[in-house]
Amino acid sequence: MRYASLAFFLFVFWIALSGHYTPTLVTVGAVCAVLCVLAAIRMRTADEEGHPSQLFGGAVTYLPWLLGEIAKSAWAVTRVVLDPALPISPTMTVVRASQKTRVGVNVYANSITLTPGTITVGVEGNDLVVHALVREGALDLEDGGMDRRVSRFEGQA
Amino acid sequence: MNLIVEIASWALMLAGCFFTVVGALGLVRMPDVFTRMHAASVTDTLGVTCFVLGMMLQAGFSLVTVKLFFIFALFFFTGPVVTHALAQACLHERIAPLLAEDRRKRARDGRAGKEAKS
Repeated sequence: MRYASLAFFLFVFWIALSGHYTPTLVTVGAVCAVLCVLAAIRMRTADEEGHPSQLFGGAVTYLPWLLGEIAKSAWAVTRVVLDPALPISPTMTVVRASQKTRVGVNVYANSITLTPGTITVGVEGNDLVVHALVREGALDLEDGGMDRRVSRFEGQA
Repeated sequence: MNLIVEIASWALMLAGCFFTVVGALGLVRMPDVFTRMHAASVTDTLGVTCFVLGMMLQAGFSLVTVKLFFIFALFFFTGPVVTHALAQACLHERIAPLLAEDRRKRARDGRAGKEAKS
């Protein structure tokens, strides 16, 4: 099932990039997609980390939420940058990632980095070392709202 | 209809310009490497998103829009990896971040206290 999904995505990617719909080229694309899947299986990258198709259902609601968070915190950082007093209070903290799988922890760590104002600088097991531009950003993460959201996203699978 | 699309597209692209300039300005104003990364992330999240959406409106329903989406996805997935790699490299070089407050120990202890109580 995962292999079929990977082949499907590779094939769509081929079509989108080529823009030619002649039978020959479409067939070549399909063959290439299957060959790539075989190569990925042999390299052991077509697993739940390399092609996390178990998360695609949850991503439909998670990604818009994440984009909203990114927009909000980007606006907050913009205001800090444009403020003549430059009111920054850099803070380092450690937050707990409650996700069960490595993919889940990875999603959480990358979500923290993607939202401006917070960067994951280190991962120690389930502990994420986070650098925040302002103190409130660090406190927000310690509250664990985003952690719970990511766990829910992981659990939907 | 065409006019509305044009206006929306240019508004988005101007917003993209604004956030890119803000990122650059922040890069100059911030005091150390970690805080500069925060400023730069405004450019490669909100700046890029506004630019790509604006260009998608210009392109309309075509393969170009799909390709623009791929560019957006590339930024979206490689951005955090690069940022994380840069931060790790800085820590390995023992560049100490300028901190107003270090809550690392406190956050760990606070949690240990909570777990011991429950």
